[in-house]
Amino acid sequence: MATPVAAVELKRPTPLRLPQRVLPGFGLTLGYTMVYLSLLVLIPLSAVFIRSLGLGWGHFWDVVTAPRVIASLRLSFGASLIAALINVIFGLNVAWVLVRYTFPFKRLVDAIVDLPFALPTAVAGIALTALYAPNGWLGIWLLSFGIKVAFTPLGIVVALTFIGLPFVVRTLQPVLEDLDKEVEQAAATLGASAVQAFARVVLPALWPALLTGFALSFARAVGEYGSVIFIAGNMPMKSEIAPLLIVTKLEQYDYAGATAIAVVMLVLSFALMLGINALQHWALVRHGER
Amino acid sequence: MASAEARIAGRRPAPSRLLLIAVALLFLGLFLVLPLLVVFVQALAKGASAYVAAICDPVAWAAVKLTLTVAAIAVPCNLVFGVAAAWAIAKFEFRGKSTLITLIDLPFAVSPVIAGLVFILLFGSHGWFGGYLRVHHIRVVFAVPGIVLATIFVTFPFIARELIPVMQAQGKDDEETALSLGATGWQTFWRVTLPNIRWGLMYGVLLCNARAMGEFGAVSVVSGHIRGLTNTMPLHIEILYNEYNYTAAFAVASLLALLALLTLAGKSFLEWRQPELRHAVAQARDRTRRENT
Amino acid sequence: MIEHNGRRFALTLIVILMGSAAHAAASTLLNVSYDPTRELYEDYNKAFAAYWKGKTGDTVRVNQSHGGSGKQARSVIDGLEADVVTLALAYDIDALAIPGGLIPANWQTRLPDNSTPYTSTIVFLVRKGNPKNIHDWSDLVRPGVSVITPSPKTSGGARWNYLAAWAWALKQPGGNDVTAEAFVKKLYHNVPVLDSGARGATVTFVERGIGDALLAWENEAYLAVKELGPAKFDIVAPSLSIVAEPPVSIVDQNVDQHGTRKVAEEYLKYLYSKQGQEIAAKHFYRPRDPAVAARYATQFANIPQLVTIDAVFGGWARAQATHFADHGTFDRIYGQ
Repeated sequence: MATPVAAVELKRPTPLRLPQRVLPGFGLTLGYTMVYLSLLVLIPLSAVFIRSLGLGWGHFWDVVTAPRVIASLRLSFGASLIAALINVIFGLNVAWVLVRYTFPFKRLVDAIVDLPFALPTAVAGIALTALYAPNGWLGIWLLSFGIKVAFTPLGIVVALTFIGLPFVVRTLQPVLEDLDKEVEQAAATLGASAVQAFARVVLPALWPALLTGFALSFARAVGEYGSVIFIAGNMPMKSEIAPLLIVTKLEQYDYAGATAIAVVMLVLSFALMLGINALQHWALVRHGER
Repeated sequence: MASAEARIAGRRPAPSRLLLIAVALLFLGLFLVLPLLVVFVQALAKGASAYVAAICDPVAWAAVKLTLTVAAIAVPCNLVFGVAAAWAIAKFEFRGKSTLITLIDLPFAVSPVIAGLVFILLFGSHGWFGGYLRVHHIRVVFAVPGIVLATIFVTFPFIARELIPVMQAQGKDDEETALSLGATGWQTFWRVTLPNIRWGLMYGVLLCNARAMGEFGAVSVVSGHIRGLTNTMPLHIEILYNEYNYTAAFAVASLLALLALLTLAGKSFLEWRQPELRHAVAQARDRTRRENT
Repeated sequence: MIEHNGRRFALTLIVILMGSAAHAAASTLLNVSYDPTRELYEDYNKAFAAYWKGKTGDTVRVNQSHGGSGKQARSVIDGLEADVVTLALAYDIDALAIPGGLIPANWQTRLPDNSTPYTSTIVFLVRKGNPKNIHDWSDLVRPGVSVITPSPKTSGGARWNYLAAWAWALKQPGGNDVTAEAFVKKLYHNVPVLDSGARGATVTFVERGIGDALLAWENEAYLAVKELGPAKFDIVAPSLSIVAEPPVSIVDQNVDQHGTRKVAEEYLKYLYSKQGQEIAAKHFYRPRDPAVAARYATQFANIPQLVTIDAVFGGWARAQATHFADHGTFDRIYGQ
């Protein structure tokens, strides 16, 4: 997952070329890819959509517009949005420091960034709860300032920030490494301050990667379950996330209702991903024109 | 170049650089290192003997074995898929390529809870294939096959995503040369392509494996939670935690955390072996960008 | 020819070995249960295996699956091949009777006492010395008292908590459905965390130090005190509580497929025996057997008035529809 930028950017149409298939294996590999993808992803996912169809449009609408469902969707998407924004800001900071500066144990710090990829979400959830609960190492200290983290929406943001951070850092790192320092330097010799050089020269070049990192971090956060349920508090209308509501519906043997919420989540996530891809494309074209 | 860097560095006052480093380290410390530390501190809270006892428990071992089995099936499946998909996508031009890449990314945006649910909808007693499976006494969900399927789904894009940019960075000149010298397609793949992509491949396998072993939400839906039979390590941790057995829960969790650290060490090793890997990928991306704009 | 004979000999040997193995049959049962019964069935399974070995000479191995009651029932409906289910409430076993046809609708009449070999009730777990002076349900709605209970939407056990509170409010002078709903609403107003399961709620109360009172099953409360230190918590018995009835049943379709009907039936019947009742009592479940109950009477909380779900709520189906279904009273008190 170190370089998701490349894959995302490829989604844009490539210029037409003469078909020259010298290499063998096109049919085999593409065929296998399509079959495997269909069997393991597309057909299973279509089951969710088909099951929710059984509900009928009126009932479907009732389920997904119930105040508790709306509140949980708002929370899931809102908390993911905040977490993704935090990750964009601090992720840029971390990536910048890792690429541009040298300091002791830099390699170790670089490796630690991938921890949320590798640490099981349930472990992360339990550890974060132990840390931020009112009697935890950080919880006690934060409570003295009147800040409650665990069992509030703030706790959800903390968990989602944890799982989303590597996406932003790993997306930005190669772009920063690649970025021509000479441009910055030119800006500097023309009398621009460091901040100006950053805002006018570096940031525009980073936009597409920042958006990709944001989108990946966001998409991962919206669906997250394992690490959040331990720290969330799960109060209806307040700190209940949408995936938990899916589980709740299942506990009541309401499969159609569960799949209805699942469909809304899937559609919203995709719409957002597509929107961000479009935005990214626009930023890329705009940057290219400069 | 060095002098230019020196000049930039010279222009940037040291305090701001220190501040940026400090903020980055503080952020990583608070959000990543502290939770990891909690796991180990809690695991050893009652001393080393309690830790060893928790890990040597037969039920814990059954969970470890199941987790390893599931990863040993799921990762190779996604590895073969990743190589095939990357070959098709990186070496050829075809219509709908961008759509295909988006679809490969799709499992990534799907909540793990939904990932588990889809297999219940397919293979559960009341699912599409439930009747057939029941008649033929085949167990899929609430048994190892269901856990493997859910794990494959959740880790689906990992290796493909890692390989596509690497293969694009390599281009196809090497392969075309090999073919023109009379090598067969398979020979070309084994002798030319595979050595070229091996580091990227291992990198993808490492991350895929870590995620496969750590998956909780999706596996929880399809496991059935039968003690000693269908509980993976993350599920076993939850159970121990629910039994007020915090030391044991964190002890097993520390095994997974150790695995995470080993993964990171392996990844660093790969980067040390092939420092140009990341750079090559960056170049590939840059080339694609230039071609497209 | 010699080789041929050798092969035949080997075959015969295998047949004999298999035959003898079939004679001393080894059967496996899967007991799908809810969260707080782990310790109970760990003990009980050993006792039953010994009993079964002595009675028939066969070995029986019982695998356990634990989780939230509703989730466990759903897994069985979806194909988890349980031989017996031992869940938190009849509603969840009823679910097996209706859509899947896994068990007959009259399942609850097949064993004595509504197929409930042991019962429990809802008590309060408070911090040592009872600093907030909590003695009855009315104390839980006081401002400044915070109460921990799991969500009745996801936890079967928590539905008993909810119904116990409702029943108490009903039985107060001038009590009716309106005052009961107002009381329960005030009670849940004092709940800062709604965990998804009973064990999660206990962890929140005990480990995280949140809340002044935990609404818990009596057996859970005693277990928590035993496991986590009697120096830290007290148990408070309210003036009225509900008889929590966690029933048991074999899953007919599965035992017939596995050929385990006989051992599964015996497994559940043995719960009603002296030994079974003793084990239940040791794990703080209230035994049905009067003699065993009398012997363990002192270890249980003294609750003056115990009501049943059938008497107050007209059974699970009605209670579920009124209180916990979508747009039921629980949704209403959270402003839906």
